[in-house]
Amino acid sequence: MDTIKQTPGEKAFEAVNLTLVLLITIILLYPLLFVILASVSDPRRIYDTFLLVWPQGFNLESYKAIFENGDIWIGYRNTILYTTVGTAINVFMTILGAYPLSRRRFYGKNVFTFLFTFTMFFSGGLIPTYLVNQSLGILNSIWVLVLPGAISVFNLIIMRTYFQTQIPVELEESAFVDGCSDWRLLFKIVLPLSMPIIAVMILFYGVGHWNSYFDSLIYMTDRDKFPLQLFLREILIKNSMQDMLGVAVDEQYSQRMMAREGIKYSIVVASSLPLLILYPLLSKFFEKGILVGAIKG
Amino acid sequence: MDARMEIQTARKPSAEGFSRRLAEIGKQLKRNIGLYLIIAPAFFYFVIWHFWPLYGIQIAFKDYMPALGITGSPWVGLEHFTRFFRTFFFWDILRNTLGISVYGLIVGIPAPIILALMFNEIRTKRLRSVVQTISYAPHFISVVVAVGILFFFISPTTGVINGIITRFGGSPIDFMANPSHFWHLFVWSGLWQSIGWSSLIYTAAMAGIPPDQYEAAYIDGASRFRRIWHVTLPGIMPTIMILSIMSIGGVMNVGFEKVLLMQTDMNLAKSEVISTYMYKSGIVEAQYSFSAAVGLFNNVVNFILLILFNAIAKRAGQTSLW
Repeated sequence: MDTIKQTPGEKAFEAVNLTLVLLITIILLYPLLFVILASVSDPRRIYDTFLLVWPQGFNLESYKAIFENGDIWIGYRNTILYTTVGTAINVFMTILGAYPLSRRRFYGKNVFTFLFTFTMFFSGGLIPTYLVNQSLGILNSIWVLVLPGAISVFNLIIMRTYFQTQIPVELEESAFVDGCSDWRLLFKIVLPLSMPIIAVMILFYGVGHWNSYFDSLIYMTDRDKFPLQLFLREILIKNSMQDMLGVAVDEQYSQRMMAREGIKYSIVVASSLPLLILYPLLSKFFEKGILVGAIKG
Repeated sequence: MDARMEIQTARKPSAEGFSRRLAEIGKQLKRNIGLYLIIAPAFFYFVIWHFWPLYGIQIAFKDYMPALGITGSPWVGLEHFTRFFRTFFFWDILRNTLGISVYGLIVGIPAPIILALMFNEIRTKRLRSVVQTISYAPHFISVVVAVGILFFFISPTTGVINGIITRFGGSPIDFMANPSHFWHLFVWSGLWQSIGWSSLIYTAAMAGIPPDQYEAAYIDGASRFRRIWHVTLPGIMPTIMILSIMSIGGVMNVGFEKVLLMQTDMNLAKSEVISTYMYKSGIVEAQYSFSAAVGLFNNVVNFILLILFNAIAKRAGQTSLW
């Protein structure tokens, strides 16, 4: 295609298209850029300029302030714990659910597939699920955050499709001839060949755990078990609503307000840090996951 | 391998009689025993956290009392439903739920398709991958942080958007104080988060279109627009249909975690949706039965819509979910 000569009309099309794409990309990126710039700026000077494109009066005071905040550390510790345990359970369970469904000889495959996918479209709802967790006695514990969502049907389908399309049947057959059991076949032969999709799953589930707040909002009652997102909600949402309603009273009030504004930006950066660092490296994996998922199974 | 093939052929349906068939099933089950053991944990997971809750749905028709349990609580029929339908704000909630959803679909379905088409027309591969990677970065921001960032931008005193408005001689708008802005804020900030990621799926689908179709169109003298219209779009049509049915099927479940975060007493008139109402009556006020009834109403309407749209897509000769 690249060798085809372009007419002036095509060249114009290309130029317009490229300009629009760049404009859209900048609009999509700017909010994130703004937060990063604001977090390293002097809180009093963030709003001096029309659009922040460079740090205003570079300072890291806001970061110092969040390091002194105990809640953030508790939140960070809990989130890391929930994310690691939760993701490990997710990946393990998804593999167990997806592998048999990917085998053509699996008798009853359609029944299981129907039962699993049905849950995607009809669920008991918030309260019946709450009551189940209550009767299991797992409220206000790590288990209520990691077990009820152990398998995402969407991810299960992606994984099944991968097994179906990427693991040659001959491999399975030869292993059977050697007297290999299903269990050993899965863990010794299939999984080592499935590392790309396992990486994708770890990322999908991991990001989900890291970012979730609602389950903890309904199920967690002890403050020292709150994940980071709940503390973020207090700082970013609840306080902000108060600020929007509040009226400035004295000189110091506005000073305090400004310092608090600064903390908001730095905390957004700090909470998204793991992803911000890994993002450029991980993007290839994300795209791969989507590609596998796009092949409709 | 040979032995297994024999079993496969022997399984062919025959009118040989019931007991023979039963023995056949037994054989099949035995042969797959390893796979059943592997799938067992996943199966029990679905039973406990997806099917057991279905049993609890009955409290929507009961007066649930924790001491009596789900089974022991007295039946009250449709009392909770009629109470819900008769609340004076029922129609407001329904209008908000459908309004926000449909608005979101109208914006959210075509936008990523258009963006993917635009990406697809960029010739420099490297540039294309860079802009695409940037475009889906907001997808990985948590909803709490996303709403936080939205608040930074719309703040009446310090927000960037009001900065721009005053710059051009307008007067600052207090977006959160005026309920009429809520839908726009919700939908467009949602698009910011979702457009790049959704376009990625279409890009993947476009990569699967055989290049000879483009070549043939080119030889036939089709212009750039014609090639997009007659080759690219039909090529990704099945993906468009599947994703549309999926999002229409979720029409009643407005991004409820986000609505909850953006809700204030001031914008309640435009921001209360069925799911937030269900959350408040159930979790906050502990009216379990009433909340379960609200939730069931929501789920049933949703499920009917999904089946309906799937049927329409099927009839139109397009792809369908099942």
